[in-house]
This record gives sequence, structure tokens and C-alpha cells, in this order.
Amino acid sequence: MAQRPTAPRGRNPEQTGQAAWMATEKVNAELFTLTYGAIVRQVLHDYEDCVEDVNKKLDSMGFDIGCRLVEDFLAKTSTTRCGDFKETAEVVAKVGLRLFLGIGTRVGEWNPEGTECVITLDTNPLADFVELPEKYRDLSFSQMLCGVIRGALEMVSVRVTCEWARDALRGGDGYAIRLL
Amino acid sequence: MSQDIDPLDLEWRNRAVLAQEAGVPPGVHSLWIINKSGGLVYHKTYADIPHIDVNETMRLASMWHAIHAMSIQISPVEGCTGIELLETDQFDLRCTQTPTGTKFFVTAAPKTLGLEHLLRSVYDLYSDYVMKNPFYEMEMPIRCELFDTNVLSAVRNHNAQLGNY
Repeated sequence: MAQRPTAPRGRNPEQTGQAAWMATEKVNAELFTLTYGAIVRQVLHDYEDCVEDVNKKLDSMGFDIGCRLVEDFLAKTSTTRCGDFKETAEVVAKVGLRLFLGIGTRVGEWNPEGTECVITLDTNPLADFVELPEKYRDLSFSQMLCGVIRGALEMVSVRVTCEWARDALRGGDGYAIRLL
Repeated sequence: MSQDIDPLDLEWRNRAVLAQEAGVPPGVHSLWIINKSGGLVYHKTYADIPHIDVNETMRLASMWHAIHAMSIQISPVEGCTGIELLETDQFDLRCTQTPTGTKFFVTAAPKTLGLEHLLRSVYDLYSDYVMKNPFYEMEMPIRCELFDTNVLSAVRNHNAQLGNY
């Protein structure tokens, strides 16, 4: 029986994320973006343009993906249990989002209790070519990403609420996810 | 004539001899995967060892699940992650638990090297061929052919290092 090592051992999350990203097979970014767009379009069609239901559905689809993808994340990065929520947020932002989307992120805007933070994304590859038409104004286009984070954390017994804090598609200033 | 012997090679040879002395097949004997609620989701044997029937394997798996949990509770050390290695005269049992609560363990000839590494690669294969298979239902027994073949070749690779002796 060994004592639990403190995660992530000796290396900062940024390096771990970068290393994992380098070691992974890549797919064409456009194929990825277009596939995601097609999914959202199909869900909109299935729910007859009821934006609220579509947001929920995308979130729950993301949740299911997160539940499975977390194993891939753990296998590839050898992440061990995080000590506190601050560390968890760092790992999600620096390792997780880097590994799967290849994007840079910043964690900030912590509330005084340390239970709520905002992860700012440098870019959002899901929404590269997207312009929201007026009738889908309330659509949270990239909601699936929030679901993925929620699902992945749920599997390691961390229950979070995850939502878009800023969404450039809906007139926000850049992209940012709130985690609490 | 002097011959250079790689120390690691020598190490492997010693292990093979040990297995022979214990009267058990060398290398990996079996692989088990237990889901987070203690249910057996995968069991395969890779060596000529006595057969255990299906009900028995499931009972053993849930027993191991309980013993593993117990070891965490009675450990004097904070943050213990449970039994990792069980050594007997006839076999070694190497176990690893992922942060999501899935347990992987292999049984092998005594003092077999690199089992930890083997478990890591099995976890890799599990995340690829099981979790990413859209028709696999979470927490259910694993029936994925691709996973079977890939694990088999990982085990064979591992055993091959012993096979030369």
C-alpha cells in the first residue's frame, strides 16, 4: 500500500497538458468543427427549434461523453486525485482542455470562498464558423462542452455546475466557462 | 568465450526459473476488471491454470472489491489507495484502481516484472476500445472483440520477454 502522491507530481498542469497534447493523434480541426455544427443542427431539428430543450439536450449529450472520456483523460495523463477544487479547476483548464481541444486557457475570477471560478478560453474551436441567427439568439451553441466537463468531474466524485459565463456568439466578450 | 548478459535479461531469466520452481506457468495468468460497484465486468485467463466457473469469478471479484475497500479503511496512512500487490508462493496479484473507481488486476507467476506497466496499457486499451465504443453500456460486462484482441497481444508481448528462456 502506497501513500497517495500529490497530483500532478512535480510538474505543473501546463506542462502535463502540453505533453499529453503532443502525444495524441490529431484530427482535422475543420472536420471536428463541422461535425459539431451538424450535430447541433440535427438536435435543433429534432426538438423543432425549441432552443431551451436543445440547450438541455446538448448538455446531457456532453455529460454522457464526459463520463466516458474521463477514462481516456486519466489513462493518458496519469492524473491522480486532486487536493482541492482550485487544483481541479487548474487540471480541467490546463490539462483537459489542452489535451482534447488544443487550446490555451486561463483560470481566474475566484470567489472569496474558492468555490467558483471562470475558465477563459483563448479560442473556441467548436464555434469557429458560427453566426447565430436571430431566432436562435438564446441557443448556447457550445453547451456540450459544459456537459463534458460536468460528466467527467462527476465520475471522479466532484459535482459541479458548469455554464458559459461569456459566449462571443451571444454578444459576449470572448469565451469563458463558469465552474461552481 | 565471454558473453555480455544484459542485467535485465538475467532478471527475466531468474523470474522464469522462479515460476518453474513454484510449479506454475510463467508470465501472466489472468486479467480481471471490476466496476465501481464491485461487479465483475471482464475476466480472461491467459495461461493453463485451473478453471474457475463464472459464478465463482463474480463472487471472488466482489470479495476482492470488499477487501480492497477494507485495506483503505484500516490503513494507518491517510490517503491510502488500497492493496496494490499481493504476493504468495504460487502467484502475484497486482491491482490498480483508477480515480473513477474501476479496478484492474492481473495474476501472474511469482515476482513477474512489469505488471504495473501492463495494467497501465490495459487501462489505455480500456479507455480506447471499451469507453469509446458507442455500443458499450457503462458498468456492464465488456464484450468488445477489439478490446479482447488488443489485450491479448499486450499480454503476449509481456510474456514474450519470458518466453525466450
